[in-house]
Amino acid sequence: MRFLPAGPTAVLIEVDDLDEVFSLTAEIDRHRRNGWGHTLVDVVPGATTVLLDGVTDPGQVAREVAAWPLAAENGGYLETVEIPCRYDGPDLVDVARHWGVTEAEVVEIHTSLCHRVAFCGFSPGFAYIAGLGERWQVPRRPSPRPAVPAGSVALGGGFTGIYPRSSPAGWQVIGHTAVTLWDPGRDPPALLAPGATVQFLPA
Amino acid sequence: MQDRGRPGFAHLGVPTSGALDSEASARANRLVGNAETAAVLESTVDGVSLRFDEGAVVAVTGATAPVRVDGRPVVWSLPVYVQAGSLVEVGPAELGARSYVAVAGGFEVPSTLGSRSTDLLSGLGPPVLFAGQRLAVGPPHGPPPAIDFAPYRVPATDLVLPLHPGPRQDWLTEVGRRDLFGQSYRVSPLSNRIALRLEGRPLGRRVGEELPSEGIVWGSVQLVNSGEILVFLADHPTTGGYPVIAVVDRSAASDCAQARPGTSVALRRHRGSGVAW
Repeated sequence: MRFLPAGPTAVLIEVDDLDEVFSLTAEIDRHRRNGWGHTLVDVVPGATTVLLDGVTDPGQVAREVAAWPLAAENGGYLETVEIPCRYDGPDLVDVARHWGVTEAEVVEIHTSLCHRVAFCGFSPGFAYIAGLGERWQVPRRPSPRPAVPAGSVALGGGFTGIYPRSSPAGWQVIGHTAVTLWDPGRDPPALLAPGATVQFLPA
Repeated sequence: MQDRGRPGFAHLGVPTSGALDSEASARANRLVGNAETAAVLESTVDGVSLRFDEGAVVAVTGATAPVRVDGRPVVWSLPVYVQAGSLVEVGPAELGARSYVAVAGGFEVPSTLGSRSTDLLSGLGPPVLFAGQRLAVGPPHGPPPAIDFAPYRVPATDLVLPLHPGPRQDWLTEVGRRDLFGQSYRVSPLSNRIALRLEGRPLGRRVGEELPSEGIVWGSVQLVNSGEILVFLADHPTTGGYPVIAVVDRSAASDCAQARPGTSVALRRHRGSGVAW
């Protein structure tokens, strides 16, 4: 674990990989439930980091966190979210070509992989869902589409993403889902939070 | 429309948002007897005109601006009684960029995730106001404070930003680090509630590879691929893939909010930040 400065009221903790991000986030949650870090405002996981924002003494927090034993985390602290997906996106052909498989096999591969939300960003409710690994990484589109409909399921790098609302998209759109990703009237408002396990189902 | 924003949802990709000059916004609320959490109007440079259907108490703070009631000049940064049917005209801004208009009782607009703030990055909260729109006002808590002078800070004309080291300060070359503090910048006209964009000589970047996305705090100084730098403000994205080389001290928040395009900017090491550059 490396503790990087992020101003007088925050600390950015860098770890080796996404699994350690999950372990550390789970450990932070556990300590917060026991009253630790009561001044914290935001805990923001990234691809290989966790940001603690709203601390009074970053150095002290770093010393405390460094002393925690980081157990492998079993992924069971959030329910599995099932996403029925109709694999009919405009970039399905390109993804199949890139992977060297048929379009039907893209569906088979994508629905059989184990996916997990790494972190959120880009827009409220947009989750970077890890699971493609090195083997099934895809490049971004050479030029972004100016607009894709809400619910578009797309691949970029090692991630799957689902656009919560109509927006420009640089990722390869392979399908769409009817589930509501983001609803400010719901608690929590985002269907996909960091750490959630995601199962894509053919619809 | 702005209040104190919606902290605590950054892990879901929700910016904090809220009044860019939170000091000025809180002062406007205090002057009309509101809680500091009440929603106020944030007017950028051009100003705003409001016609009141009912009598009200109004105060304008932030960027200095002429304030008129039915054409007559009234005092700025103090509570003003307005009669039913009156037209209150604010602006354009003279010193600073953002004026705050508070009304006793606060503006009543629907709240999203506990806040009435318009978030320009993600589209949460009330949409940007348009001419002709009607706004409801809540019941006042009580009379405004009986004062005839409220101390305020006139927005600075030159910006000096004290910097703490950022998580990726080592992504700057030696020359880049010297240039960071050794040159003066100008506030770009492309600046907005998301970021203050600084124009200057591009800074040398040591590491060529991409940075995996990581969390961003208010005031993060981000070095983009062109070597330009951004200072992230209230509506900043919650994660990003460009290196954050420094973090602006909160004491400069009002100055950042009030910086107009063309303002000259100097960056300085924050004294006593406790972390070495």
